[in-house]
Amino acid sequence: MSGKALAIAITVATAVLVAIGTLWPGEASGTVYIAGAGTSAFNSNDSPETTVHSLFDNVRQHNWSRAYSYLGNQNEVDQRDFEADLQGTNDSLRTYSTLEPSDFRVLHQSSDTAVVRANLKWATAVGAFYETRDLNLTRQGNGWKVIWPSGKQPNVPPQVIPVNYLRWDVIFRGPGDDWGAQNVEAPHVRITSMKAGDSGDSVIIMGEILNEDTVPAFVDVKATLIGNDGNSLGKENSFDKISHTLLPKEVSPFRIDFPGVRLGDVKSVRMEPNSSLVPASADPVIAVEHQQLQVDARGKHVLQGELVNESGRVVNIPHVIATYYNNQGQVIWVADGYVDRALLPGFPMPFGVAVPDELASQVHNYRVIVNQYSQGKFLQ
Amino acid sequence: MTRKLLAVLMLLIACMLAEAAARGAELQAPKQVVAGASLTIPTTGGGGATFYLIGPAGTIKRAIKLGEEIRIKGEDLRVAGRYVAVVTGDNGGNAAFWVTPAKVANVAFIAQPSRLPVALPGAVSGVVYAFDHFHNLVYEPQPVKFELSVAGAPTTTRTVATRDGVAWTRMDSGHKQGAAQFNAEVDGISTRRVVQQVAGDPCNLRMKAQRTPKGIEVETDPIRDCSGNPVPDGTIVTFTSVDSRGTTTVDARIKRDVASAQLPAADRATISVASGVVLGNEIRIGGAR
Repeated sequence: MSGKALAIAITVATAVLVAIGTLWPGEASGTVYIAGAGTSAFNSNDSPETTVHSLFDNVRQHNWSRAYSYLGNQNEVDQRDFEADLQGTNDSLRTYSTLEPSDFRVLHQSSDTAVVRANLKWATAVGAFYETRDLNLTRQGNGWKVIWPSGKQPNVPPQVIPVNYLRWDVIFRGPGDDWGAQNVEAPHVRITSMKAGDSGDSVIIMGEILNEDTVPAFVDVKATLIGNDGNSLGKENSFDKISHTLLPKEVSPFRIDFPGVRLGDVKSVRMEPNSSLVPASADPVIAVEHQQLQVDARGKHVLQGELVNESGRVVNIPHVIATYYNNQGQVIWVADGYVDRALLPGFPMPFGVAVPDELASQVHNYRVIVNQYSQGKFLQ
Repeated sequence: MTRKLLAVLMLLIACMLAEAAARGAELQAPKQVVAGASLTIPTTGGGGATFYLIGPAGTIKRAIKLGEEIRIKGEDLRVAGRYVAVVTGDNGGNAAFWVTPAKVANVAFIAQPSRLPVALPGAVSGVVYAFDHFHNLVYEPQPVKFELSVAGAPTTTRTVATRDGVAWTRMDSGHKQGAAQFNAEVDGISTRRVVQQVAGDPCNLRMKAQRTPKGIEVETDPIRDCSGNPVPDGTIVTFTSVDSRGTTTVDARIKRDVASAQLPAADRATISVASGVVLGNEIRIGGAR
């Protein structure tokens, strides 16, 4: 086909599609909020949908006063709490997040009240973070206002929390030491279980690693897939799907993904657990309470529970890693998730980790560990 | 036939003459010298000549007067091995001799591992390299006495002879934790390494639980390994409580031999304890124990 004929064909096809779209417009089930469309925020409260749209458009542009003006219960919600709710505090993951294109859907509407589901997407350094909020709205005057949940931000009262946990420091061998002088021994770690599986178009290697030593270990697990022809199909490591710092006798799950590889092409797997001695602290202790497998509002299986920071230091970014076992005690899946709120001492923080729907019926037991990233700061 | 015999005879005579000539060119040097000892080599004739000493670690060149003794300082004979002394000129010659290691003055002792659990058979290895003052490996057999001791426990001793300058042994780690002194002694020279013997896995892990106004308080008995050593502080002990609201886990750290945790209140709960791959007892709260 010549270039001229192709140009004519594209023009005709475009005209036909424009005509179809004009004559039979599709019914959108919600409003798609497009970020970055102009520098001025969308401002309207004619309908519940546009009110929520306007609120979050102003949030995106950090027009906090303007966004706050869409609230119908300002007597209950302080603007600072409203900002902290959306912007995060204490160097949590939310403080490093940016609101991305999101969508809003009216779940229920009457003449004076409405419920709008806001499916928010936050861009973070560890990937997209999805948040669903069902917002109640009321008609006030000629417009609609959002009734913002009046949850006060947790505030830890001034106090002294004595912490006397152990800390390990390490002195390594120096250049001036004799030949033959010992260095400190690397911690002994052991892979206690391992399983290879596939998910989608990826091969997944998962299992558990134990620090069987009496000193803390910084661990990492690498895996190499060997193909049927004996050649390497790829080498990956556990990246953040592991708790890297393991205290004595601590067990961490690990998961290594090999995208684009079929399990049938794999003949064997070569595992390389690595460990090195690192200074570490036994603090903080984070309890994982009330873990339960549940089905969320979207019909997805999730493991939900609460994290409680039992130390006196703020955990800025908690990272939850869950191991799922079948009825024979074998690891069948490892999943992780970040919590975008800081863990303040003593305040329970809900979390949820996904369970693949196809595996949910096989899950007989589970174990959750919490990785923590703290900046060594105290309450701000 | 006669011509062949004559040729062989001529060849033998030539060889004998060559050997005689060579003998005349030999320097009178000892066959063996201890490393670091000085040496003198006499010369004959007169006039100047050049002396070369070719050793395993370098070559020395020096102008000498024939008829005088050549003095080689001990510092030029520090490295063990074969040396060749050569004097150039008509009255010159050469001599080969060996420098052997001096007596043991340094012991390189490699002990591994630096940290290991108690009561492991054959887990501690020690390797000794015996060197003289000039870092020559002393390959004459030397008895090496290995001693592994930890305070409050009997000392384990083993004597092994070096072979080609090296001796090694394997020993069991003791039953008592602590910094074990691993000593190797050769010819009165001793070197010490420290092998940290640490507690093994917890043994007979047991806990008790009681209700408190805040919830359920769980605490283990003093945690010890199977040799009776206290498991070190900071070791993770996991308490798991299963009740009607779900599962609660706390990774508690051992402090002063015990681990404790506060679990949420529940009418009925099943609580278990574990550390690493070791499981402890299970307690049912609100039901029969």
